[in-house]
Amino acid sequence: MTGMNPTRAAVRTIPDRLESPARRALKSWETLLLAVALAIFIANSLASPYFLDPWNLSDATFNFTEKAMIAFAMALLIIAGEIDLSVASTIALASTAMGAAAQLGVGTPGLVAIGLAVGLACGAFNGALVTGLGLPSIVVTIGTMSLYRGISYIVLGDQAYRGYPADFAWFGQGYAFWVISAEFVLFALFALLFGILLHATNFGRAVYAIGNNATAAAFSGIRVGRVKFILFLLTGLMSGVAAVCLTSRLGSTRPSIAMGWELEVVTMVVLGGVSILGGAGSIPGVVIAAFVMGLVTFGLGLLNVPGIVMSIVIGALLIAVIALPRLWRKWRG
Amino acid sequence: MTSDILPGTAGTVTVPLPEALPILALRGVTKTFPGVRALSDVALELYPGQVTALIGENGAGKSTLVKILTGIYQPDGGEILVDGAPARLDSPQAAAAARITAIHQETVLFDDLTVAENIFLGHAPRGRFGLIDRAEMRRRAGQILHELGARIDPGQPLRQLGIAARHLVAIARALSIEARVVIMDEPTAALSHKEIEELYTLIERLKAQGKAILFISHKFDEIFRIADRYTVFRDGQMVGAGLIAEASEADLVRQMVGRDVSQVFPSRTPRIGAPVLQVEGYAHPTEFADISFTLRAGEILGFYGLVGAGRSEFCQALFGMTRPSAGSLRIDGQPVAIRSPADAVAHGIVYVPEDRGRQGAIGAMPIFQNVTLPSLARISRNGFLRLAEEFRLARDYCERLDLRAASLDTPLGTLSGGNQQKVVIAKWLATRPRVIILDEPTKGIDIGSKAAVHEFMAELAAQGLAVIMVSSEIPEILGMSDRVIVMREGRIAAELSGGDLTPETLVRHAAGIGETWE
Repeated sequence: MTGMNPTRAAVRTIPDRLESPARRALKSWETLLLAVALAIFIANSLASPYFLDPWNLSDATFNFTEKAMIAFAMALLIIAGEIDLSVASTIALASTAMGAAAQLGVGTPGLVAIGLAVGLACGAFNGALVTGLGLPSIVVTIGTMSLYRGISYIVLGDQAYRGYPADFAWFGQGYAFWVISAEFVLFALFALLFGILLHATNFGRAVYAIGNNATAAAFSGIRVGRVKFILFLLTGLMSGVAAVCLTSRLGSTRPSIAMGWELEVVTMVVLGGVSILGGAGSIPGVVIAAFVMGLVTFGLGLLNVPGIVMSIVIGALLIAVIALPRLWRKWRG
Repeated sequence: MTSDILPGTAGTVTVPLPEALPILALRGVTKTFPGVRALSDVALELYPGQVTALIGENGAGKSTLVKILTGIYQPDGGEILVDGAPARLDSPQAAAAARITAIHQETVLFDDLTVAENIFLGHAPRGRFGLIDRAEMRRRAGQILHELGARIDPGQPLRQLGIAARHLVAIARALSIEARVVIMDEPTAALSHKEIEELYTLIERLKAQGKAILFISHKFDEIFRIADRYTVFRDGQMVGAGLIAEASEADLVRQMVGRDVSQVFPSRTPRIGAPVLQVEGYAHPTEFADISFTLRAGEILGFYGLVGAGRSEFCQALFGMTRPSAGSLRIDGQPVAIRSPADAVAHGIVYVPEDRGRQGAIGAMPIFQNVTLPSLARISRNGFLRLAEEFRLARDYCERLDLRAASLDTPLGTLSGGNQQKVVIAKWLATRPRVIILDEPTKGIDIGSKAAVHEFMAELAAQGLAVIMVSSEIPEILGMSDRVIVMREGRIAAELSGGDLTPETLVRHAAGIGETWE
């Protein structure tokens, strides 16, 4: 019996999946969210005769495109178990830097480069504090949230920068073709890029692994610190992109620019099905969540609902959509 | 019923009459999960004053049964009888009301509460105005601990207690609800030899008090030492039950695996090749010092020592998790520096950690993604994932380790411990390493999975892999190693091979008795 091998006797083939990806997708969070988005779309078109106008719809996208671009990067960061609450302040600092440069006569390409560079620098500073010193990201970025915007206030006080070059307006006010705005094209492009990065690359898989069990990920040879640092860089960079778009759209910079956006970005990410505890979520979910939030605010705007009520509705929507799947799981047992 | 004397009790206790009514009985209990039938038509009887051992490989359905008995899972079919009357255990509270309690492998206790608070959490004695009567709670906790023969101060914070004392607190907690059925799920897994003896004494006491005990263990010496009866599960079915006095170890093993396992360790003719790994003077500020050895292709090098001898710490430094303070490393004669696990993997050194749940497995991720995680760089194209390749690689290695799972995209955390360990080993083998370090590779897994792991280890060595195996089990060290390094207090105490390799020499060097004899 020396050659006896009790383990090989019963080799059986383990199936890859029990249900097809299509069936699984049908039962997913994203499908539910898509249904919510459609329902809001239909409700809006019934409630207001102006809603279905292509130009109005195009205008509506400006409600979310800039925030969504940050949300894509933030989604990866939150999936990896970190967070960046300094994104809106990064916009303020980047916008202030661009405004100061514009006063000195820097042209559009230079302004864009400055906006992106400041975003990257802010992200790098956050990332270095979190990964280098091992500080919790929520504390670090609450700190830099005050820091970045504080610099902006020191520079500007109650002043504002205006006088951006005429061609700088293209990013926030230009149209690629017909009703499709330049911002919307950027939004779609970044959705695609971040979707591919998270769902189709080794880097994206590492992000999930780190969010689920950072120790086991490190034991698996993943450079956890480096991945996290890159995610902070990306979030900073996307804040820089948003700063370019928003500054271009507004045509001016005040230190209060994009005030409170960090929470709207996080709301969008969580509404999109990203676990605030890390480890789970998808870019398609965040894209749909962006549309849901955009449609709700725009629809309520058409109905002349005041802004404060709007934020109540968004808050209620967030809680409802988060509670729904839990109740759903309870019903199914 | 030829023998009425219990083994291991020196003839002082007699088996209660066989016709005694079981406190708890399961009839035809069935539980199905999507894709897996965890329990199928299972029967179990627990008698007062008797220890029933529940034996089975990982994945045989033991954990599911415990969860049904403690009200966490609901069976799909069959009935549960308490004192002969049908009972519904539809919540943990219902199970506690039926006075059934479980002590788990990793007992859930609270570090920052006192011993008494831990014992009475959720059912503390109340005084006036419904406030907790702390003095009464402390008095009763002290009484229960005294009954257990435990010298633990009830007012002490739990944080200050060691693992064995924590077990006693968990048992005291079980007794505080006046449990009649006590389920012990691998209670000895984290205990030292002396502590295990104390646990046995305690179990005898519980028996004397007429409690029915369900004792789940992978260790046969324990089962024969402490149990009166046995029930064997295999693949979710009950395949045998009876009196321990009438059973032999071979019987039980055959019932467990459904076939004869005449040889536990694979026989192998080592073909030792060229040196692969040379470690020179590795040291750490606190954990180990002066570690030097050469590891050759096709060799299994055992690392033996007492807990805390620095074996795991050294291996983790070798893998780049921690940095050594001194020392150098050569692979194939070329000096290399390993500063991170990524470096180690790149140089073909991999490490299967001892702490599977924390360091090895990512429970929420699918099996196939766990397997491919360290191999992604190899099987992807320009950094892009290739799902078909991933599934192919994962299926290949999972099947070679005889993994039991419904599909490759089920979350790893839903598998049993032994199957999780197979996935963790598969994950490292899939990187096609030159050197594999296995840290307690068969700790806490069943005999069938153990044999699979040993068999695989032998096969790997035969393919020219250099294997380092850290183990605290002497039979495993003797059965698998070509050469053994014994560590003591962070240093190499001895290097043994051939005729020097005996249980006595291992224990002597590990405990430091060696020098005085030579």
